Amino acid sequence: MGPKLLQLCTLLPSTHDKLAAHYEVHQWPAEAAREEWLRDNASGVRAVVTGGHLGITNEMIDRLPDLGIVAINGVGYDRVDLDHAKAAGVRLTNTPDVLTDDVADLAVALMLNVMRRLPAADRHVRDGLWPHGPQALTRRASGRRYGIVGLGRIGHAIAERLAGFGGRIAYSGPNRKPVDHDYHADVAALAAKSDVLFVATAASAATRALIDRAVLDALGPEGVLINVARGSVIDEDALVAALAEGRLGGAGLDVFVDEPHVPETLLGLENVVLAPHVGSATRETREAMGNLMLDNLDAFFAGRPLPTPVV
Amino acid sequence: MSGRVRVLTLGDMGADEEKALGAHFDVVAAADAGAVGRDEAVRGIVTRGRTPINAALMDRLPNLEAVATISVGYDSIDVAEAVRRGIVVSHTPDVLNDEMADFTVGLLLATLRRFPAAERHLRAGRWRNGEEFPYSPSLRGRTVGIAGMGRIGGVIARRLEAFDVPIAYFARSPRPASPHTYHDSLLSLASACDTLIVVLPGGATTRHAIDAEILKALGPDGVLINVARGSVVDETALVEALQRGEILAAGLDVFADEPRVPDALLALEQVVLLPHVGTATHHTRGRMGQLAIDNVIAWFDGRDILTPVPECAGLDRRRPART
Repeated sequence: MGPKLLQLCTLLPSTHDKLAAHYEVHQWPAEAAREEWLRDNASGVRAVVTGGHLGITNEMIDRLPDLGIVAINGVGYDRVDLDHAKAAGVRLTNTPDVLTDDVADLAVALMLNVMRRLPAADRHVRDGLWPHGPQALTRRASGRRYGIVGLGRIGHAIAERLAGFGGRIAYSGPNRKPVDHDYHADVAALAAKSDVLFVATAASAATRALIDRAVLDALGPEGVLINVARGSVIDEDALVAALAEGRLGGAGLDVFVDEPHVPETLLGLENVVLAPHVGSATRETREAMGNLMLDNLDAFFAGRPLPTPVV
Repeated sequence: MSGRVRVLTLGDMGADEEKALGAHFDVVAAADAGAVGRDEAVRGIVTRGRTPINAALMDRLPNLEAVATISVGYDSIDVAEAVRRGIVVSHTPDVLNDEMADFTVGLLLATLRRFPAAERHLRAGRWRNGEEFPYSPSLRGRTVGIAGMGRIGGVIARRLEAFDVPIAYFARSPRPASPHTYHDSLLSLASACDTLIVVLPGGATTRHAIDAEILKALGPDGVLINVARGSVVDETALVEALQRGEILAAGLDVFADEPRVPDALLALEQVVLLPHVGTATHHTRGRMGQLAIDNVIAWFDGRDILTPVPECAGLDRRRPART
């Protein structure tokens, strides 16, 4: 039996099988049973596997006295207090790069699906409306001004894909990058010069509600917002109001502030495409993420350098 | 409106088209060809391309000179019969290439990443109730085959190159300028790829070109995207292949008997079904309508047709204007 490990998130069956072959895997129980579980089992837990959207609380870290590593099966680590983990002597790993392409694909897919209203078109057919008349005309997606908030790995991959659509690409972020695209230090300035604004920045205290009413108004009634980052990067109330009042043209959202809860108003809007946080949720990518997460765990317990450490 | 050339419109014209046509012609409108009786005054037709223009209709319009379809495909028109009668046929190529390419990539990604189904899952409250949406297929690791490397196919390829996926294609002859792998048959292409985009022209020669054998060659991970014409795909074979898991998924903008979509397709979760909206943006529909109208205006002004179909290339020179 390998090291004792606590699993907080769901995993692909194939990833779970590989994990179970080398670790003593314990599933995190339902809420009512957690206190008892911790009392009886906390001792000896040396590793936690969690998702980027779940992370781990400081309290949980404190209650696992033998914890050595938290392995995130995801790229985002905004739900982990890095300073606290460091102080507790806990290593933290994530799974960058392997999900970049799928998330970038999804971002461009959202843009095309919002502007051409494809899910609404599918509803038009499935609801039997087509024989009674065509779907309303939609808007062109190519040849537009595309703004990317955060030209990191995923932002860069989005830019690569957009290069095939004959538009103009600009970006914002804390630093200018060695690329040809126009740079705006200010997000509102970028939004004012964009028809479509892609949010691909990491979530942090500095980017909390970065996309606020001023940015949305700069994007304007013809503008489209795509968010594949984290819900917290956007002032969601301001976004919902802008969409409902027609001050923003449309939105494609894969992430929300309080997942899996989606603001009720969004559900009634036709100018939005809503996805249940599936940016990296393909079989191929989840398999690759699982393998990288396992590599990190194996390296930790073998005393080798971690492939993709955060802390 | 005597003195003006009479033009018949078939199918819904937009407000802009009605206005532009009304400024030049004596316009009579019909929903489809079946509603048109004998009319010796009609000299031109502007059509949406969704109703057949055949010998029987041409018999009822004995003074017909020009047919302009607001579409790039012209399989709804009996062009051989038109040529025999000296009727010039025009279409609207090129102005819709970008739109079709955007749309095709959007439909491909929506099919792979199961957007409409994911939205249904979310809007029905299933995500909120703790039910994760199943992992979807990915574009990653796929090989995309393009059946029909014409103007639109070429732009689709350019878009997809930026997604860093290998691309292969079928056409009647290799495209020397294309960096992609050429296949001289549809079967060879379907065997070599797992994602097949159909942009072949409609008509008798491509009828059911995508049949059970092609779908089987595409394989159990296969994804079929049809943005061409419903007639190009054997719809019954497609439904069976999807039901049996012989292919994985399909994204369809066109159907054999539009606007009717088979119940068997509506029952499937792994298909995206769209109401023939490939070019349906304000921008492009406007340009297509304008080009079709410019064609009939040019003809009746005594100038060359701007964009005749290739079969009418010899007819596109205006005969001496009638006075």
